[in-house]
Amino acid sequence: MDILQILISDSFWAAALRIATPLIFGVLGALICERSGVLNLGIEGIFAAGAMAGWMAVWLGAGLWGGLLVAAMVGGFFGLIHAILTVPLGLSQHVSGLGVTMLATSVSYFTYRTALPQVSSPPKIEPFQPLDIPVLSELPFIGPVLFQQTAMTWLALFMVALVWWVLNRTPLGLAIRAVGDNPDAVDAQGLSVYGLRIGAIVAGSALMALGGAFLTMSAFDSFFFGMVNGRGWICIALVIFASWRPGKALLGALLFGAFDAFQVRLQTEVGAFVPSQVFLMAPYVLSIFALVIVARRAEYPGALLKPWFKGQR
Amino acid sequence: MANTRVLSLNNLSKRFGSVVANDAVSIELHRGEVLALLGENGAGKTTLMNMLFGHYMPDSGSIDVADERGDMHPLTLGHPQAALDAGIGMVHQHFTLAENLTVLDSILLGSESLWSWRHKRKAAREKVGRIMVRTGLVAPLDEQVGKLTVGERQRVEILKALYHDARILVLDEPTAVLTPQEADALFENIGAMTKDGLSVIFISHKLREVLAFSHRIAVLRHGQLVGEIATSDADERVIARMMVGADTPATPRDAMEPGAPVLELRAATVKGDSARTSLHAADLTIHAHEIVGIAGVSGNGQSVLARMVSGLASPDSGEMWVSGDRINRFTPPVLQKAGVGRIPEDRHHDGVIGAMSVAENLVIERLSDSDVQKRGFLLHKSIRRHAEELCKEYDVRGPGIDADARLLSGGNIQKLILARVFECMPDLILANQPTRGLDLGAAAEVSRRLLEARSRGAAVLLISEDLDEVLALSDRIIVIHDGQLHEAHSKDREAIGLMMAGEHA
Repeated sequence: MDILQILISDSFWAAALRIATPLIFGVLGALICERSGVLNLGIEGIFAAGAMAGWMAVWLGAGLWGGLLVAAMVGGFFGLIHAILTVPLGLSQHVSGLGVTMLATSVSYFTYRTALPQVSSPPKIEPFQPLDIPVLSELPFIGPVLFQQTAMTWLALFMVALVWWVLNRTPLGLAIRAVGDNPDAVDAQGLSVYGLRIGAIVAGSALMALGGAFLTMSAFDSFFFGMVNGRGWICIALVIFASWRPGKALLGALLFGAFDAFQVRLQTEVGAFVPSQVFLMAPYVLSIFALVIVARRAEYPGALLKPWFKGQR
Repeated sequence: MANTRVLSLNNLSKRFGSVVANDAVSIELHRGEVLALLGENGAGKTTLMNMLFGHYMPDSGSIDVADERGDMHPLTLGHPQAALDAGIGMVHQHFTLAENLTVLDSILLGSESLWSWRHKRKAAREKVGRIMVRTGLVAPLDEQVGKLTVGERQRVEILKALYHDARILVLDEPTAVLTPQEADALFENIGAMTKDGLSVIFISHKLREVLAFSHRIAVLRHGQLVGEIATSDADERVIARMMVGADTPATPRDAMEPGAPVLELRAATVKGDSARTSLHAADLTIHAHEIVGIAGVSGNGQSVLARMVSGLASPDSGEMWVSGDRINRFTPPVLQKAGVGRIPEDRHHDGVIGAMSVAENLVIERLSDSDVQKRGFLLHKSIRRHAEELCKEYDVRGPGIDADARLLSGGNIQKLILARVFECMPDLILANQPTRGLDLGAAAEVSRRLLEARSRGAAVLLISEDLDEVLALSDRIIVIHDGQLHEAHSKDREAIGLMMAGEHA
């Protein structure tokens, strides 16, 4: 049948991995923040800021990697705002996060409009191109799926491994895991709770911004309003799906990417009978179901959402 | 005992607002010595130790610590890292362990530079292994901390301090959560460690263990050091007098014939996820004029028993009878009408509504009575008059009957609860940890009220982790372990301790 044909086609899996790439960055970023005990709902806005900042840097003449660096720094800056509000000041993580989302989104749109007041068609940049790795990209199936992606997809996969290693194999990761579960444990060992949390939020936010930058610098070649379109929120759900583990985060992002790629293809098959909105909705509905099944057993980091103040025991 | 000085606290003072927590306290500690720091709740023991460890900044005073060669150096105050570097290790009363880490990772935490690319887990495992062999403290290194028992967690905390090369170990109420046997084992380990030159300060208010295991005793009262005494020169009366400033009269209790059964449990079973939340076929009868004490280490089913008797949990099978009536519906109002008065375990959380006034809290369990409301409107005058009378009778002190209940101290909140419960003359009193966290004076008042209720014919179910309290107040003692009740046939400490650990004759 047609559906089976979709599932075994290399273009479907290539699309799934491509769609998953920004989510991988986003989930890893949210995961680092939450492992340190802070929910970062600024993610949706940081995506927009990363998309805008990376694109604009390249448009102004920076190289692609320079653009990514700018995006990461802008993301880290908005993360720092969230970190200062929620960590030393101990304000509501929900309110601060939503505030950062609104701020970062608006500032991005404002900057774009101010820099380009009268454009009707958005200017384009030369985005990341698919890496054409000789021999490997010629392989059947695996070639198109894995070895014809852009460098950013590879960067995302590398980040999964890096975040896993740092969390599980280094003293820094151990301290981050501990501070998200019981800050008193970290304080009692003479480590700085504030320092660890602020650092984790800034680093996580920088990763989120790379997810945004993928949209304007790899998936498309220009910036337009509303292009983040809820990807940040999906990442917040995927972190729970992933039980705060980098490996499962990759799996969750790929699953969502596959749902999305599948619905596009299904639409062309049976689109005549079923309204297109149903297909657009499908990945989200399936994500909710996946979440219901997995998240009921979720073991949240023990100190998630709980502010900690020095000297209060 | 060696005579080399390793630590000296010099005139440490600390105020919190208008409260003086420590007033010019000076204490010395010697190599290989076990010093017991004794005092009532609020005497300033924990504050003093928190200053030593850098959690609090003293208002004045200084601390000197000896290095490996015995030379004294001033300690940088207010920095836990400085205390750790100086060789001070602290085991807090509330453990500072992250439950999602393994034991080995918990011990490693903070011992390595943050910016290294990998752990030295293998070397760490060997070093911890050597410490375990030397001290007899054993913990499963690859288990998650969240799955450990309280006693194991405490061993992890001590191992952690020793791994960080502590030469001075501070233990804040180390035996509060242990069975007597576990406590004895702990002190045996401590004995082994002091032979290696470790010095120990332990905070306690259990006179028995202080006398048995320390070399020297320092007593704090109202933030001041009121006395230091070599343990060999001390006995319980001397220390108790130093702690409270006067002899406490032993609570007098008369022999009494038990009356009719008031509470009867027949094979009552509550199924929970674990021993902590389960009760297995519990049979229990408490008569009028009788106090039955439930002894046990915390987390063995005490809370589910208390929840069932107060109507917050219903049994999955079995029966409960109160004063001859079978209870069919388990809700708090039903049990209250049946004559159950409750002194809850967590008095701040379950005992009062902090944001409501003292007067309102005093009538909160009988809102439909005619002196409280008329046609659905509260009778404020009557409620306030009632509150004034009760506060006077039960000596509830604080900012007044219109102030929020949360502003009262723990002892006064407990008196408020006692007033509310005893006023209704309940047939059965459920007293769950009634003196936990109270100072000797307030605790004696609670004991006196419970004995008074017994005299007038009430039955009392006393649940307590303080074995001394259970021994002092109870007519009969039941030991709870893993959700099962076993009657203790004598008031023998040793035998009850073994039963608490799950061994039955």
